[in-house]
Amino acid sequence: MKPAFSVGDRVRVRKVDAPGHIRTPFYIRGVEGEIERFCGFFRNPEELAYGRYDCEQRALYRVRFLQSRVWPDYAGPRRDTLDIDLYEHWLEPVKTR
Amino acid sequence: MSGMHEHDHEHPPEHRHPPQPDADDTLTYHRKLEIALRELLIGKGVFTADDVRAGVEDMDGRTPGRGAEVVARAWVDPEFRRRLLADAGAACESLGFDWNTRHVRLVAVENTPDTHNVIVCTLCSCYPRALIGLPPSWYKSLAYRSRMVREPRAVLKEFGLELPGHVTVRVHDSTADLRYLVLPMRPEGTEGMGETELAALVTRDSMIGVALPRRPG
Repeated sequence: MKPAFSVGDRVRVRKVDAPGHIRTPFYIRGVEGEIERFCGFFRNPEELAYGRYDCEQRALYRVRFLQSRVWPDYAGPRRDTLDIDLYEHWLEPVKTR
Repeated sequence: MSGMHEHDHEHPPEHRHPPQPDADDTLTYHRKLEIALRELLIGKGVFTADDVRAGVEDMDGRTPGRGAEVVARAWVDPEFRRRLLADAGAACESLGFDWNTRHVRLVAVENTPDTHNVIVCTLCSCYPRALIGLPPSWYKSLAYRSRMVREPRAVLKEFGLELPGHVTVRVHDSTADLRYLVLPMRPEGTEGMGETELAALVTRDSMIGVALPRRPG
């Protein structure tokens, strides 16, 4: 199993409304950020919540977002960031020129 | 905190304590569920009431002291600091702390002159309990959890920490199986201090990121 994304890749959090136990906060869905690091493979909490302890592992990343992208009216300096641990299936690549 | 003082119970009129109602109205649905489940498991002999008490005692007994020792060691030992930033769980275990890895991993994030880190769990209350004990009530509050990602500088200011504009504030939302510990900067004026003295400067709040460590003297 290999991670699909590399450090520095620009990604967008999928804007999906999924039922069940989801660990992707609503406030970050649809927002574009950058892979800060690959954190490893972990079992998917969406499956663990239903007792499916033998579920496959998924790639987890720390994704870094500029606060000014997350909140259009963010009052602080432009370089302030928000780092969130997100699973690969919640991320889609952003085309860069 | 008012009202906490030693006295006998002769009160002058201006000093009386009006009776306060018991704040015992918290028997919610989930509390009843917990009591019922616990009593059933005890009744079935899965564990004893004393086992539960001992488990609570163990959790209550953990303090930020272990985390403070880890930070102090990183301040005096550059090689340990490097290992802590690379794999915090392994570094803690090398100090004899059972990080109790299971599936959660510890990550140390370092404060520098131009970057300040602060930790939150917007979804629940993920916190490096094994290293610094139980989280404070405010960490678990909806106010902290929602505002720290939204307006971190305003919240930090309410904690008494105002950071200049050239310092980048990095908020970490612990949404998965990683637990975060802030490695604060070593305060000035601490040259020559031993690890035990240094550890006494490292507060729980400085390892969450809402404060700086104490200064010496």
